[in-house]
Amino acid sequence: MSNKIDANLVRHIGKLSRIELTDAEVDALGCQMADILEYFDKLQELDTQNVEPMAHAVELSNVLADDVQRDSLTAEQALANAPAREGDFFKVPKVLGEGA
Amino acid sequence: MVAQVCNLWLLVVGGTGLQPVAVGGTNEKIMTDNNDNVLPIIGMEIHVELATKTKIFCRCLNRFGDPPNTHTCPVCLGMPGSLPVMNKKAVEYSMKVGLALNCTIAGRTKWDRKNYYYPDLPKAYQISQYDMPLASDGYLEIPLEGDTTKKLRVLRAHLEEDAGKNVHDLPGCTGVDLNRAGVPLLEIVSQPDMNSVAEVTGYARAMQRIVRWLGVSEANMQMGHMRFEPNINLHITRDGKIYKTPIIEVKNLNSFRSLEGAVAFEIRRQYELWQDDPDGFTLEKLGKQNRGYDVDREQTVFQRDKEEAHDYRYFPDPDLMPVVVSSDWRDRVAGEIGELPLARRERFMTEYKLTFEEADSLTMDGPTGDLLDAVVEAGAEAKRCSKLLMSRGLALANEKNCTIAMTGIKAWQLADLAKMQDGGDINATAAAKIFDKMTATGDSPADIAQADGLLIVKDDSQIEKWIDDAIAANPQAVAEIAQGGKKQKKSFSFLVGQVMQASRGAAAPADVQKQLTQKLAE
Amino acid sequence: MNPIIEKSVTELAAAIADGQISAVEATQAYLDAIEAREPEIAAYNETCGDLAMQQAQAVDAKRQAGQTLGPLAGVPVAVKDNLCTEFGHTTCSSAYLKNFKAPYTATVVAKLQQAGAVILGKTNLDEFAMGSSTENSGFAPTKNPWDTSRVPGGSSGGSAAAVAGRLCAGSLGSDTGGSIRQPAGLCGVVGVKPTYGRVSRYGLVAFGSSLDQIGPLATNVTDAALLTSVIAGHDERDSTSLPNPVGDYLADIDTPIDGLRIGLPREFYTEALGGETREAIAAAIETYKATGAEIVDVSLPHSRIDIDAAGNISSFAVACYYIVCTAECSSNLARFDGVHYGHRTAEKVDDIIELFSRSRDESLGDEVKRRIMLGTYTLSSGYYDAYYNKALKVRRLIADDFTAAFEKCDVLLCPTTPTTAFKFGEKTDNPLEMYLSDIYTISLNLAGLPGISIPAGLSKDNLPIGMQLIGPVLSEKTLFRAGRMFELASGISRLAPPMLKA
Repeated sequence: MSNKIDANLVRHIGKLSRIELTDAEVDALGCQMADILEYFDKLQELDTQNVEPMAHAVELSNVLADDVQRDSLTAEQALANAPAREGDFFKVPKVLGEGA
Repeated sequence: MVAQVCNLWLLVVGGTGLQPVAVGGTNEKIMTDNNDNVLPIIGMEIHVELATKTKIFCRCLNRFGDPPNTHTCPVCLGMPGSLPVMNKKAVEYSMKVGLALNCTIAGRTKWDRKNYYYPDLPKAYQISQYDMPLASDGYLEIPLEGDTTKKLRVLRAHLEEDAGKNVHDLPGCTGVDLNRAGVPLLEIVSQPDMNSVAEVTGYARAMQRIVRWLGVSEANMQMGHMRFEPNINLHITRDGKIYKTPIIEVKNLNSFRSLEGAVAFEIRRQYELWQDDPDGFTLEKLGKQNRGYDVDREQTVFQRDKEEAHDYRYFPDPDLMPVVVSSDWRDRVAGEIGELPLARRERFMTEYKLTFEEADSLTMDGPTGDLLDAVVEAGAEAKRCSKLLMSRGLALANEKNCTIAMTGIKAWQLADLAKMQDGGDINATAAAKIFDKMTATGDSPADIAQADGLLIVKDDSQIEKWIDDAIAANPQAVAEIAQGGKKQKKSFSFLVGQVMQASRGAAAPADVQKQLTQKLAE
Repeated sequence: MNPIIEKSVTELAAAIADGQISAVEATQAYLDAIEAREPEIAAYNETCGDLAMQQAQAVDAKRQAGQTLGPLAGVPVAVKDNLCTEFGHTTCSSAYLKNFKAPYTATVVAKLQQAGAVILGKTNLDEFAMGSSTENSGFAPTKNPWDTSRVPGGSSGGSAAAVAGRLCAGSLGSDTGGSIRQPAGLCGVVGVKPTYGRVSRYGLVAFGSSLDQIGPLATNVTDAALLTSVIAGHDERDSTSLPNPVGDYLADIDTPIDGLRIGLPREFYTEALGGETREAIAAAIETYKATGAEIVDVSLPHSRIDIDAAGNISSFAVACYYIVCTAECSSNLARFDGVHYGHRTAEKVDDIIELFSRSRDESLGDEVKRRIMLGTYTLSSGYYDAYYNKALKVRRLIADDFTAAFEKCDVLLCPTTPTTAFKFGEKTDNPLEMYLSDIYTISLNLAGLPGISIPAGLSKDNLPIGMQLIGPVLSEKTLFRAGRMFELASGISRLAPPMLKA
């Protein structure tokens, strides 16, 4: 079922996943993913037309917390694992085109 | 405001050589030299930061302006293993807005993950609501020129978390501050019902007023509490054929000025581009695009997409359970809302006979309007109170950059003050002085008037003494009055002035005039 | 072997409470065991002997001062290295988190500490709990103490091997599709996957959030019950945590259940079930019959295992499970992007996207990448309905099957795994084949049900065979009693691998 997932699609998925893939990885992953996706297709055998999707393993609702402050970490604790910092900011390369 | 926007519109459109024949109004159509009929179609997403004490999914403080990364915890830092817990107040605030916008509140709502990578989004997904928003299908009625209004439909309002802040003014790098990450954000999406700049800003301002009114957001533009993302395209009719320009969404506008500027600019830009290529610059060919807004150049600008390949892969967040809104819960929240600003403004105009301007100002926020109702309840005259609030109240509020109610004026103080002025116990100047002083000290207006000698003197013998003194000291003026002629009136006023001065404003001018006339006639 | 090591958690806790053994002695005995056998087993990513000794001394001081001791006071335990701890590192056996020090402690670990347990260290796993053998560990695989050329199972292979090799008295693992029960089965120990929501997930580094559940591994059912009772309970930091009070799992645990009805899901007893495992389970059924239990035939149609003409095994539940867990993991692991913590590429990058992609590529293992890619694919626009949403619907069908089955019985009995422990490298080339080692365990996670794996015996090669009991939501107490019934009737309990006798 390798017609289902070609190299371009693997690259696209890699991009969405933010994983840089070598050509060799694209080939290997493409084959494995194709096999697994074919396996997933087994579900198409089942009629699920009137079945409600089940996103949670147990049914709970309205799990809500009161709007009461608790302790936060200090900036030092927050940044303790940072790969790079600039003052008390997490540091990353210049980001262009600011969004929301 | 509306008029100002129309001027801007004239300027903008005029600059392109277009001749608008109709501006303002509801469905404004712009006729051009080419007989093109240009109708802007505008919808808008408004993000409102909710003024909860803590963040939406953790109990860190929701506070703007503190040093970077001082209000964070494993949850809002997106640390591995941390889990979100929904803030009940954020849900209730959102319900309030939904109800105030005449929306249907969903009986069951859920939370979804919107997946994308950005340094200010520590989990690399934003918890939001995809297909089951908390509120949907409402409307907001906005005032237009000439006492008309227009109903603008609200498609949906959903609750989500804000991202952190990328700081760009660091040397050679970008800094990430996550104090804002996880601040509750209500996204209100309108239908594309707006057809002019005036309607867009009218809608935005009305929304600001509503969220302030409800007390769910400070809606302070400088602090980024409200952000606008209008989407704009034009429906152009030329020779009986309708052309649609691409839909442009302008991202992240954080002032009314930017909003006005961006929408006006887009309308002009799109019309120009379309004129150059009527069959190419179309929605069918170019679809939807995002643009940013350059505040300095007052232009919308090309913006590189945050996520190159747009595919947010929404799915239900397994870490959060659905919220089921019972009718009891909804009714309780609805009960907390009370009268909405437009209804109250209408009531103030009919019941209290206030002018539109007065009613509008006093219904900008809830507590100020409550204040007026309370003083009327206390037996004071509405119009008098309104005048006091519109003069000193508004001035103090502007000085302190707060609402009138927040200046510290108490209903009983205002009621007493109004009654004193209406009863002729004090004059307008004294009332203003007392107003200022009683907001600061909390004292009663009567005590202040007494202590500062601001009460009008009603003792005729005292006034008579001041008049006698004035007559004695100014024989020339008395002579001129006696002569009659053109100097008579001026001299009379002069004498009244002298008496008033002697009383240090405590005498009632009418009393003085009456007694002086009698005295001079003797 | 040091006699301290021969005691169960329950016995050791009692001996320490009585003052027969000090917590320091108990801790030292296990630290010695670690020194002796850890090089062979490689169960731990990190041990923290000094801290363990401090905790032990604190317990002893408390006892001497006459203060009340917790139920696990002085008992040396280990926790899977995907549970956040303020001590040591929390690596998830991933190069990405190699140097990560969590700024907070998982609720379960805090509960262990409050109960007085001494924490010896963090155990190895398949990277981010994705795997069935620990061969996907970003560091090194753990060996099965029964045969060090074989895998201990996974992903909680370190926790299972540590208990089997007596490198701790009990441990915690996490179970997304069988990650506690499968290694427990392969290592000859008891492993519990509680009802979803029974144990707080706060501080468990998420793999498949709607499936993950933390549970204990121990050498017998009573210990497992004790450990479960310590870690179970509502936690306001986990929105999926159940508010129901925790029952007393230890009361009546030795009392057999009168008229216990055991359901055998017929779909699990097909030719897919290997010979020796089949025999061991058949023997276990006979043992239960002898206690007076009633054996009932039940059906779980959507968990059925199909074998085609070419011998390929397939299952709706496996397909459903891998769609759900890969989708969730693709999102859960997106945060490992090199910005706020963890690995960042040392290469010079031009922009932020390159920083994300390089950092992830360099530090995530093949299986993790494969699952992230699969999950990204099944959630992406155009495929969501065909895969993810379809899987959520099948998930309900699978769960409904269990509900129907439990109308006829109290617990279900089936194997834990199709085969005994396999050799290193045997399944690494074929991810799908590896996925099939979860064939009996994954349906529970989809349905949120509790399950327990108990040693049913040994194969001719002297490898453990596990059997699994499954109960309805919040039936932990029944499962422990039913499991204990088997231990008492069969005499199979606290199996010790040959290396311990050497």
